[in-house]
Amino acid sequence: MVELTLPKNSRVIDGKVWPKPQGAKRLTEFRIYRYDPDGESNPRMDTYYVDRDDCGPMVLDGIIWIKSKIDPTLTFRRSCREGICGSCAMNIDGLNTLACTKGMDEVAHPIRIYPLPHMPVIKDLVPDLTHFYSQHASIEPWLHTSTPAPEKEWKQSHEDREKLDGLYECILCACCSTSCPSYWWNGDRYLGPAVLLQAYRWLIDSRDEATGERLDNLEDPFRLYRCHTIMNCANTCPKGLNPARAIAEIKKMMVERRV
Amino acid sequence: MATSSPAQNGKAYPITDHSFDVVVVGAGGAGLRAAVGCAQAGLRTACISKVFPTRSHTVAAQGGISAALGNMGRDDWRWHMYDTVKGSDWLGDQDAIEYLCRNAPEAVYELEHWGVPFSRTEEGKIYQRPFGGMTTEFGKGTAQRTCAAADRTGHAILHTLYGQALRSKTEFFIEYFALDLIMSEEGRCVGLMALKMDDGTIHRFRAAEVILATGGYGRAYFSATSAHTCTGDGNAMVLRAGLPLQDMEFVQFHPTGIYGAGCLITEGSRGEGGYLTNSEGERFMERYAPSAKDLASRDVVSRAMTMEIREGRGVGKQKDHIYLHLDHLDPKILAERLPGISESAKIFAGVDVTKEPIPVLPTVHYNMGGIPTNYHGEVLTKKNGNADTIVPGLMAIGEAACVSVHGANRLGSNSLIDLVVFGRAAGQRAAELVSPGEKQAELAANAGEAALARLDRFRHASGGTKTAELRLQMQKTMQNNCAVYRTGEVLHEGQTLIHNVWSGSSDIQVTDRSLVWNTDLLETLEFDNLIAQAVVTMDSAANRQESRGAHAREDFPNRDDKEWMKHSLAFIDPAKQETLIDYRPVHTYTMSNDIEYIAPKARVY
Repeated sequence: MVELTLPKNSRVIDGKVWPKPQGAKRLTEFRIYRYDPDGESNPRMDTYYVDRDDCGPMVLDGIIWIKSKIDPTLTFRRSCREGICGSCAMNIDGLNTLACTKGMDEVAHPIRIYPLPHMPVIKDLVPDLTHFYSQHASIEPWLHTSTPAPEKEWKQSHEDREKLDGLYECILCACCSTSCPSYWWNGDRYLGPAVLLQAYRWLIDSRDEATGERLDNLEDPFRLYRCHTIMNCANTCPKGLNPARAIAEIKKMMVERRV
Repeated sequence: MATSSPAQNGKAYPITDHSFDVVVVGAGGAGLRAAVGCAQAGLRTACISKVFPTRSHTVAAQGGISAALGNMGRDDWRWHMYDTVKGSDWLGDQDAIEYLCRNAPEAVYELEHWGVPFSRTEEGKIYQRPFGGMTTEFGKGTAQRTCAAADRTGHAILHTLYGQALRSKTEFFIEYFALDLIMSEEGRCVGLMALKMDDGTIHRFRAAEVILATGGYGRAYFSATSAHTCTGDGNAMVLRAGLPLQDMEFVQFHPTGIYGAGCLITEGSRGEGGYLTNSEGERFMERYAPSAKDLASRDVVSRAMTMEIREGRGVGKQKDHIYLHLDHLDPKILAERLPGISESAKIFAGVDVTKEPIPVLPTVHYNMGGIPTNYHGEVLTKKNGNADTIVPGLMAIGEAACVSVHGANRLGSNSLIDLVVFGRAAGQRAAELVSPGEKQAELAANAGEAALARLDRFRHASGGTKTAELRLQMQKTMQNNCAVYRTGEVLHEGQTLIHNVWSGSSDIQVTDRSLVWNTDLLETLEFDNLIAQAVVTMDSAANRQESRGAHAREDFPNRDDKEWMKHSLAFIDPAKQETLIDYRPVHTYTMSNDIEYIAPKARVY
């Protein structure tokens, strides 16, 4: 039996327990992953207490409260706070999701927060998504047409437009890809659920005229075929989309064009 | 090429230099559209953004993008122009409004050709819905002019534009925070300084043309539909460069922010048949706007709601908000056309829209004011009495700019069209002004030094007041003293309070000393940007003694065209922390002879 040892610096140690806010009646405990890129020390779990009577209901409200009132060094991405920009994706209570749409009372306490799994961590809850973005760019996420454009719009029927539902709503938060064990192992070459969902969004668009080239680009043992229908992607998607289904549809298109 | 700046606090910052034909700051709808245009024209184009492009706040736009396509009945860009002029309460520049409305259809078709997944009509055309203030035949009928991709139009457009920018080989600098413009002694903009967030390195960009597309500054207020990142960084850079901001007193309150959370519920919900009620269950908009009712202009609806609450007819325990009803609409229509807000209402108000009304409140949403420009996107200042003096090398577009097409009040769905029409115009203008690879003057050896001194000051700030405390004071002051209704007394108190916050920022405290992803430092830089804009907003509001559009003065309830049909220009003196106010005439002429100047009249909906 092979023995695997984690590299020394990847062991997460106990961190600081920050003082409880004075006079607070309703407290919620947070345990948050911290990583300081400037120091030599291992990542740690800090403990914070949030005064619920002074704070909004979402997990993002909680960590913004901590940053404003307790510890300004706590670092995370956030922007729209309404579940459409995809900035605040993180692992909360074991599930990848958006901090802004996850209620503090929907998850187990203490609320445990980690960065998205299996990505290089820049600092605290901020992962490096450069590779994820370049994979997205590699599928050429724009409409390919060769027919000269009409003077007005391309016509698209209701039925054809409906085929884009459940696909175009993706916010590129990377929750699904970073929940996928296959992506953890082969993320360097496997495109992962988010990018493949995007690939299918363009494949199935009735206006697109590059189906063949798009399929050629995916016809590869790694880029597409590392999906083993584990379905973590569909379980974790904070927008309720189903990337696994999109991947299955691409595989079907591959088969159909062979026969 | 890496050089070092003079010592800052005893330690030099290494600088990486870049040179481009064009640098676009901001990667929302306007920034990306401009970047695509510049890159397609063969210009070497950089786009720098503090967030990944699809996280820009354009992504949150819901209801749609206006253009007189006529897919749902007869329409004409002239009607769109009339509505926009009326919506602006005659503060908009009519040459610019003509440019916007007549170029709108082409800009929308272009988006569609690039792949935006618009909702469709039975014939497969782009679906268009009614929106506030949008009429046919110069105010006679209701127009269906707002092109929609369900209620996720901004998301659909932003993701599509990002794809086009990739295709056109725009060079992205993602998660770079813009610090300040670099201005030459002659007053030309020659580039800008930026901080790379993931390693703390300093980058100096030289460019023949800098295009600011940095959005609005909604976060100067306590409750805003705006994202946390809407801090108007470009506006503040312009103020620090000694240039003016225009019409900053005009802040739009969207009638339907979710009570408490502040998240947006699109006006498209009323476009699809939704309506507002007070505690008596009355559809009160019928009293305030007998003809347009719930689809009156946003300033009108926000004032009506505020008045209902003030007179004791608010709903809820505190009687401090209003209900928005969608529960009478066909659930199938809700699922097809308003899925996003149905989800938001569930998450943020715990409401099933098919069964219950949504609790809503007027919430800060949009800044009509911004960097003054002409309709090519070129930035203007006032020099030797000429208020249309072009600042060479500098452009501004989108919510950051004040063209001015929105005047004193923007119509819903006119912002998305503003982004793409003027983003496109700026790209075209840049292509006329700059030839690819043209030789640029060397930057002065000390170029950007002031930006680094400012950065260094905040990085080592060790006062006694947390950034978050100062920010909260600013936000509360703006919310209390510069809201839907204003009086001289409240505004003067607001001036004292907001100037106190500004002077209090000398005591600011930054805890994080790292240079890697230091959001404590970035939020401090953003606060410093916000407070300057908050101050000029309050000072401009106290100065304007009339009511026009979103600026409703109870002590001056009428529009005063004789005295006040003019743009406010606000400059700051950062050392003295003072605002200097000047004026610019409204353009009371159109761009072409295809439509006559629309003369001011009473604004009734």
